[in-house]
Amino acid sequence: MDFSLYLRYGPSLATGFGVTLLCWFAGAALGMIIGFILALLRRLPVPPLAWLLRGLIEVVRGTPFLIQLYLLYDGGPSFGLRLGATQAGILALGIYGSAYFAEIFRAGFAAVPAGQVEAAQSLGMPAFAILRRVRLPAMAVAIVPALTNMLIILSKETVVLSVITVPELMYRMQSMAAETFATFETILAMALLYWLMVEIVARLGRAAEWRVTAYMRAA
Amino acid sequence: MTDAPSVEMRGVCKRFGALQVLRDIDLSVARSEVVCLIGPSGSGKSTLLRCINFLESYDAGDVRVEGRLIGYLDDRGRRRRMPGRALQEMRRSIGMVFQHFNLWPHMTALGNVAEPLMRARGLRRADATERAAAMLARVGLAEKAHSYPARLSGGQQQRVAIARSLAMEPRLMLFDEPTSALDPELVGEVLNVMRDLAAEGMTMIVVTHEMGFAASVAGRIAFLDQGRIAAIGPPRAVLHDSGKPRVRQFLQTYHERNGF
Repeated sequence: MDFSLYLRYGPSLATGFGVTLLCWFAGAALGMIIGFILALLRRLPVPPLAWLLRGLIEVVRGTPFLIQLYLLYDGGPSFGLRLGATQAGILALGIYGSAYFAEIFRAGFAAVPAGQVEAAQSLGMPAFAILRRVRLPAMAVAIVPALTNMLIILSKETVVLSVITVPELMYRMQSMAAETFATFETILAMALLYWLMVEIVARLGRAAEWRVTAYMRAA
Repeated sequence: MTDAPSVEMRGVCKRFGALQVLRDIDLSVARSEVVCLIGPSGSGKSTLLRCINFLESYDAGDVRVEGRLIGYLDDRGRRRRMPGRALQEMRRSIGMVFQHFNLWPHMTALGNVAEPLMRARGLRRADATERAAAMLARVGLAEKAHSYPARLSGGQQQRVAIARSLAMEPRLMLFDEPTSALDPELVGEVLNVMRDLAAEGMTMIVVTHEMGFAASVAGRIAFLDQGRIAAIGPPRAVLHDSGKPRVRQFLQTYHERNGF
């Protein structure tokens, strides 16, 4: 064991961890936004649109993330999409995540008791107010655990971004291992840092769950 | 406009797939009138009620509320859906109370009553809260304003739901089996609120199995069977003197089940 390696590679690992967090945050946010829009669009009473979106979601869910990433980064320029590695990585994570988030939101909409929505409609509340004040809070209780799960999965998918040279944690680790042959130290650092990240997500998830279920504990 | 009946249904038909739920319904309800809808389950009572605020669309005929067609616009012989905003505006003056209360569980009693005042009537929070508190006091729940629905009994939840509707100052109230989900000892408190409302001159259409309430409060009772109004008239005429076998059979079953 040579812990002095951590001093030498510390800054590099820290920067890599920062890039990992950035890709995860930005990719997850993008995925949730696209996923929510997809779920909303699928609710429109336009069957061809619903089929199209469902097909899109199936394709994204049915192909490995690695292939989607290569397609976007290496294949992108051939249809005029030139992105830097990190941009491509975030966009790919967003697209990949959106398919799963869309399904989570779809299930969430289905879980809202119809009576709560009918009550709001019978009172003449506008559709957007019903979405924001009735549907979303009712959905949140049902979907926060699934959202947390997906965020954890996405945080771990960030390692794949190293293959397109995004300078994230995995990429830095590979350099460290290649330059020092210190395999054990590298794996140890990797395990600790990814565990730290997953722990952060899990805690955020629990906090969110606590918050959206607060009314159930209130007197 | 002012002399139009509160509700006017003409030739209203509705089907769910192969099932014809409403057949050629004609019903006119005057202002300040209380009409109770009774009949066996599946006879179309709730569907009829839900057509009046267009929670349920109807396939044919007209449903007019204070003279205005609800849910559709007739334009040179063609009928199309009414825009959302116009429908919302009409619904704001039609209150509805549901069998299962349908309160929003993530809001307090006060929040449940204030929310539509802010979102549908455009009141500021302070004004909405003030009016909501007054409405809760009116149904006898002032001290429960800050309780969440899960902490209230069924009867209290239903009274909050009534307060939520009344706060909008509706000119017509629809009740869809408001006491059917309640424990027997909680039925009275809800019926009392409804009685007071009727006495104040509110126009009410009530789907109910509470024959005592129907007999004492309703101006008229309509008996529905297989999507038709099989009998309609003053309570005594429908409940006691009806010559129609189907009505008598229904009432007999009802009396036997209730042991008198």
